[in-house]
Amino acid sequence: MSKPIVKRSMLSRIIPAIGSLRERGLSGWLVIFGAAIVISIILMTLLAPWISPYDPTTKGVNVGAPLTPPNSKFPFGTNHLGQDMLSRVISGGGVMLQVAFLSVAICLAIGVPLGLFSSYMGGILDRSVCLVMDSIYAFPGLILAIAIAAMLGRGVVNMALSIAVVYVPSYFRVVRSQVLSIKEMPYVEAARSIGAKSRTILFKYILPNVVPSIVVVATVNFADAILTAAGLTFVGLGVEVDIPDWGWDLANGRKLLPSGAWWVITFPGIFIILLALGFTLMGEGLSEILNPKLGE
Amino acid sequence: MQKQLLTVENLTVEYWTRKGKVRAVDDVSFYLGKAETLGVVGESGSGKSTLGLSLIRLVPPPGRIVKGHVWLEGKDILKLREDEIRSIRGRKISFVFQDPMTSLNPVKKIGEHFVELIQTHEPNVSRKEALERAGKLLKDVGIQPERIDDYPHQLSGGMRQRVMIALAIALNPYVVVADEPTTALDVIVQAKILDLLKAVQSIYNTALIFITHDLSIAIERCDKIFVMYAGQMVEHSNVRDMCKNPQHPYTQGLLKSIPNIELAEQKLEAIPGFPPDLLNPPSGCRFWPRCSYAMERCRKAEPQLIETEKDHLVRCFLYGEMV
Amino acid sequence: MERWCEMSQIEIVRVENLKKYFPVEKSFLERLLTRTRSFVHAVDGVTFSVRKGEVFTLAGESGCGKTTTGKLILGLIPPTSGKVFFKDQEITKLDSEKLRLLRRKMQIIFQDPYASFNPRMKIGEAIGHPLEIHGLATGKEKRRKVLAMLERVGLTPPEQFKDLYPHQLSGGQRQRAAMARSLILEPEFIVADEPVSMIDVSLRTTIINLMLDLKKALQLTYLFITHDLAIAKYISDRIAIMYLGKIIEMGDKKEIFSNPMHPYTQALLSAIPVPNPERKRKIMELKGEVPSAIKIPAGCRFHLRCPFAENICMKEEPELKAVTADHIVACHLAKG
Repeated sequence: MSKPIVKRSMLSRIIPAIGSLRERGLSGWLVIFGAAIVISIILMTLLAPWISPYDPTTKGVNVGAPLTPPNSKFPFGTNHLGQDMLSRVISGGGVMLQVAFLSVAICLAIGVPLGLFSSYMGGILDRSVCLVMDSIYAFPGLILAIAIAAMLGRGVVNMALSIAVVYVPSYFRVVRSQVLSIKEMPYVEAARSIGAKSRTILFKYILPNVVPSIVVVATVNFADAILTAAGLTFVGLGVEVDIPDWGWDLANGRKLLPSGAWWVITFPGIFIILLALGFTLMGEGLSEILNPKLGE
Repeated sequence: MQKQLLTVENLTVEYWTRKGKVRAVDDVSFYLGKAETLGVVGESGSGKSTLGLSLIRLVPPPGRIVKGHVWLEGKDILKLREDEIRSIRGRKISFVFQDPMTSLNPVKKIGEHFVELIQTHEPNVSRKEALERAGKLLKDVGIQPERIDDYPHQLSGGMRQRVMIALAIALNPYVVVADEPTTALDVIVQAKILDLLKAVQSIYNTALIFITHDLSIAIERCDKIFVMYAGQMVEHSNVRDMCKNPQHPYTQGLLKSIPNIELAEQKLEAIPGFPPDLLNPPSGCRFWPRCSYAMERCRKAEPQLIETEKDHLVRCFLYGEMV
Repeated sequence: MERWCEMSQIEIVRVENLKKYFPVEKSFLERLLTRTRSFVHAVDGVTFSVRKGEVFTLAGESGCGKTTTGKLILGLIPPTSGKVFFKDQEITKLDSEKLRLLRRKMQIIFQDPYASFNPRMKIGEAIGHPLEIHGLATGKEKRRKVLAMLERVGLTPPEQFKDLYPHQLSGGQRQRAAMARSLILEPEFIVADEPVSMIDVSLRTTIINLMLDLKKALQLTYLFITHDLAIAKYISDRIAIMYLGKIIEMGDKKEIFSNPMHPYTQALLSAIPVPNPERKRKIMELKGEVPSAIKIPAGCRFHLRCPFAENICMKEEPELKAVTADHIVACHLAKG
């Protein structure tokens, strides 16, 4: 019949349904573009110790005159402590990326298994878990995150935890709705008819078909985590002062705006948006690709 | 040639997909006389549904009608403006869709469907009058007139299809195009619906284009038939000749592969191979990979339609070539 | 029990008074106001047996209970009451683990070739999976068996097909793959639930003929479920016609088709399209439509639509009675 698609990107080797991204038109480009942004920022952050011109931590204070506007020596200007904004921007993504990845990891570890088992088993267990999840889901995300972060204190792990708590219900819901519809598919019945045990059915037949939707939720989670992490730091619940962080720059930059120093808030802000945008584009593109369109 | 009701000339429809162009309907021509029943037979991918939809210009994107004419009352439907074609749909040509479950608006009462239809084309008709006509039409199709107050989900599949037929004939069109109108129905209901279509045709003098994959039904119910394969018309004939003397190897293959309960013993023969990939159709004659009579010629050139006997057209090199 | 059962040759599957009722979901208010629960009488007391090596067809229109019966026989759904025997072993009594093991002997081919395969598993994996589950073969041995089975169902070259995903195959090919999956455990009994109704007409015969060839080669027994009586006539040895959850006529295929006794069977047969323009067919008129399976009519469940209904039909439900050696019918008006 049709020839098997030979060219596959690395991502699509993991999730075969993606196929060749380039062949997918606009959606494929969204994913590629988004991924490019994200990967560049990650690289930039990882290579920060080698590529940032000045030390962005408190050791790099007063490398230049405080509050100098962008010029040839300091392309992004300096902040009120005399630190080079370019260096701070290059290194400032670290916290956010860590928080984002950690929160997604926690969500995957908790939300996915919970969704899988709860909806497959059904019954009272399912109903109770749903109740809990719906209650959490009903809270406005940022407020809940702030409340939890305030309780737990500062630090990357605590930030990740508070974001994870807010997001687990989304994973749970998505997984649950997928499992409920897949459970009724003939191929699951076929699996039972060949004698497969429940565990096999869950992990070999249901989970692989749920993965695409999980991927989509995860990318949205990433984007949201970035913004929430920025928000938490902004209100002072983030990390310690010394670690360069975009959120921290936002908070300071806001205070410095009235004095006309627009560059302190602007450049970190742009990068926050860029990172969130990268994940969002990936999510959009993947969502279109992984949800098969009928009738083509 | 007597003046025909509907004349289709060189109709060609393509789907411009991301993977390439698919020629769903390739240069199809035929005509339809008053009150005639024409069967269009083909399997999935043959282009028959696209053909039906193109007659009322409802081919969904990425489909485009690329070439051809559809003459009705002296005008080419394919060249009409959007408002002109809308006044024709339902009034001069109407369509019966395949799936009765989804073709009716679930939030509108049955009567409402008729009111909407009638008032769109005849704005001067009052609601009361439209509902009266609806009641009469329902009676004609064997449904109690009181059901105009029901919602679609309160009717069974068979009844919904009858409503579709009633809607299709409501404005007394010249032609009704029915795309697999009975496929989703059980065999007894199917027979009743087919009888109904026949009855309606004789009352209203309507011509019918009956699109189906079921050759048995087409032979039983139609006056003439044409068979489609991979977007092309491969054989066209009146129903008697099609049965007694099927000429195209595909038609012959189809007839040999459908079970016939009137025969005591039957050995069904399968058509070898698989349906063609329309993105990369076979070279030359589209049927050659599956044809037991395939010759060198068939791989290299595309056969044209030839008239082998009166009103019997075949697209096959076995019968010679057009000069 | 009826005479005809005792005369059967080796029985492989026997069904006794099988019933399956599905509760009707009611809204909260309805549950509050009405104390009674309603049920869909999907299968309402079905008794028959399938002989080794035959093709036994359950035929009827949609909603008659034929698919549910097939699934009950395989134990995919539990019966409300009644018994199912496989080779004299009562499977309705087995626990889930023993039932799971029995699956090696009883398999199913589903109607929808598109949905009966896991989109994330390659065909070769899917076909080999039963072997893995039951620990029958692994590694090279498994691979060998999968390739052999692909070859057997006509998916050649097998090395190429085993690495394809379901969406890369056509409907006919998928159905062949489904057969390969069902056969790899070397079962004795296969339930084929409308195996060709969703496949193109020109490919149906290939699948049907393949099924018949495999039956001979592997000594299989089929329970064939269909609404298409023309195919039923071609493929069956014996046939049972179902209506509203019950068998109303059953017997040797030739007998039933040449001498249908139940008015419903007669109506069904008269409605089948035939590729013959000369045929002046009188379609038997049936009043109304199939009643809901929730409120089964009293007496003979067909009497409301029957053109020959008499008084007794409204009061008493007819039992299946033998008309000839291999022909039984449930109708008060049928003469022996």
